[in-house]
Amino acid sequence: MVSKAAIQEAFASQEYKHGFFTELDEDMAPKGLNEDIVRLISRKKKEPEWMLEWRLRAYRHWLTMKEPTWANVHYAPIDYQDIIYYAAPRPKKPVESLEDVDPEIRAMYDKLGIPLQEQEQLAGVAVDAVLDSVSVATTFSKKLEDLGILFSSFSEAVLRHPDLVRKYLGSVVPFNDNFFAGLNSAVFSDGSFAYVPPGVRCPMELSTYFRINAADTGQFERTLIVADKGAYVSYLEGCTAPIRDKNQLHAAVVELVALDDAEVKYSTIQNWYPGDKEGKGGIFNFVTKRGKALGVNSKISWTQVETGSAITWKYPSCILQGDNSVGEFYSVALTNNYQQADTGTKMTHIGKNTRSTIIAKGISAGHGQNTYRGMVKILKGATGARNYSQCDSLLLGSKCGAHTFPNIEVTEPTAQMEHEASTSKIGDDQLFYCQQRGLTPEDATNMIVNGFCKQVFLNLPMEFAVEAQKLIQVSLNLEGTVG
Amino acid sequence: MALLEIRNLHARVKDKEILRGIDMTVEAGEVHAIMGPNGSGKSTLAQVLAGRITYEVTQGTVRYDGKDLLAMKPEDRAREGVFMAFQYPVEIPGVGNAYFLKAALNAIRRYRGQPELDAMEFLELVNDRMKLLALDESFMKRSLNDGFSGGEKKRNEIFQMAVIQPRLAVLDETDSGLDIDALRVVSNGINTLRSKDRAMVVVTHYARLLEYVTPDVVHVLSNGRIVKSGGKELAHELEKTGYAWLETPDSGAKPAAV
Repeated sequence: MVSKAAIQEAFASQEYKHGFFTELDEDMAPKGLNEDIVRLISRKKKEPEWMLEWRLRAYRHWLTMKEPTWANVHYAPIDYQDIIYYAAPRPKKPVESLEDVDPEIRAMYDKLGIPLQEQEQLAGVAVDAVLDSVSVATTFSKKLEDLGILFSSFSEAVLRHPDLVRKYLGSVVPFNDNFFAGLNSAVFSDGSFAYVPPGVRCPMELSTYFRINAADTGQFERTLIVADKGAYVSYLEGCTAPIRDKNQLHAAVVELVALDDAEVKYSTIQNWYPGDKEGKGGIFNFVTKRGKALGVNSKISWTQVETGSAITWKYPSCILQGDNSVGEFYSVALTNNYQQADTGTKMTHIGKNTRSTIIAKGISAGHGQNTYRGMVKILKGATGARNYSQCDSLLLGSKCGAHTFPNIEVTEPTAQMEHEASTSKIGDDQLFYCQQRGLTPEDATNMIVNGFCKQVFLNLPMEFAVEAQKLIQVSLNLEGTVG
Repeated sequence: MALLEIRNLHARVKDKEILRGIDMTVEAGEVHAIMGPNGSGKSTLAQVLAGRITYEVTQGTVRYDGKDLLAMKPEDRAREGVFMAFQYPVEIPGVGNAYFLKAALNAIRRYRGQPELDAMEFLELVNDRMKLLALDESFMKRSLNDGFSGGEKKRNEIFQMAVIQPRLAVLDETDSGLDIDALRVVSNGINTLRSKDRAMVVVTHYARLLEYVTPDVVHVLSNGRIVKSGGKELAHELEKTGYAWLETPDSGAKPAAV
């Protein structure tokens, strides 16, 4: 007979599906961080002087900053001098087409099921693949260029579109914003850049797959997406990483900008190595993501499915500056084994009639600790501002935890706020009911969890939603472990 | 061979013995009603047959179609053709009614080596069953029992039974909480599903349901034992006399409120 306890025990015995390691010839900086390393990174990327200056200012400011301790996560101190801040795969020759991509890298992508092939065109996905720190291939750029859409690696954008990068870089997340954003600003390696010109609707989902590969290499992605007046763009980000014994730091920064009547939709599936079942290893994911709805009637929408990483510290946020602008945050965060997640969002209402929606779903299993941290700030003058927040937690087993910290600051009397919250357990009643209809407890659990996540999955692009559902099932994979 | 043979069945929750030696034989094609006061063990019997682990079977045997029912996991009992209509059907938010039922039906079909139904085949199958229970299409798209009224939940149970087509159906207080219209719809559903290959065990407190669903045998359960069995007229008798006559000085049971 299957007891609930047995099912929950089974959660601890899962293996990470993407756990393999590919040997690549790396071009590495020595361990540690100082101004010379910052200069080295900038030189390696052949950056213009202004970019180096910005990095150095960020670095000098970072030295004065303290690592934040307010999050509900616990980890051993990070030695920032024990990290390699630059590593690049060495391609034999410049990459012009997919055929030129290192076969080993392509084989690795195949193992991950990343469609870095012609099928992308059919799927409508353009992938700017990031391996470690340097982009190895950029696809579909030419097609997008015909529409005036710029989509490239961040490094390339620094060289080719310096005016756009200078105008918007740090305009949403300044380098003095927080400790991890400061670090990123100093040493960011690469990332993605997208610009959609006025009135253009980007016809395909832009996509980046990140992959941490080299041991002991911090990953510092920098992404900037700008939708000009009346433009629309949907961006997908998905992550996997190989098994590692030592914790790896990841501190990315993503900035989104939407001008008048523009919309940026940003979807993430995060599946980095979460550590083993004893809580050893796994990625530290300390990310700053923020969008600025700068123009009137503009919209920023975040959707995230967070299943990986040992520690997640991440608050995709919206600054609703333009009148009538809209901010959305849809999130599923799953913690299993000894994973810790402190995630949520911050909605800052500045413009009149600004609206924000927060739907946050936390799933805790094993010894996982899941924290929702939210801040809704309605500033004086944001007349008619409205917010709806919903935070739901689902617990599987008795050793995990769910925590909710919803903060509200309202200084505008005409604002309307709604908040709903719930915590539930997958009950014996639910499991037994499903079993009585012929389903195994494992299938029933997957079904209940998927039902719990549905509101968020509905906001993902179709093919991403299917992936997300699969990922949640893999993360809660119970098959053959109870009986 | 009878479809269901219960012999000297004892079951308890923690230290409290609830079933204290049940004997019962149900042939295919028969409808048996189990009646009795609150706390007599009616629902426990239903749950033990379905395999709920809350109840520990301490003695006795249950043979279903010649097989040892008690040795089977709950899902395997379902796949072998045992269906229980729940007194309190659970709610599962975000899981569509149709999605759930299709998954259940296909799990059962896989177990039996039958091909799984695709979405179209499934819709065809459920369409006339929906009419039987007076359910419309919007009902199928709603989350399983989520926000359903008591009557809708019970109709959904009988609808699921109509789709799954079990060999043994155990209906646990299906009439409770139903208004007269819903009772008629549900009874009609049950009657339509009566067949010579299928047996039903109908657990009920009141004789009300039995005015619509005529049982072949009525058992009266008291304090964990069947104290009287008879034909359908026994139900009417109980309706008049109540359950108070069951109380015996040594039973230790308090007079039941009827």
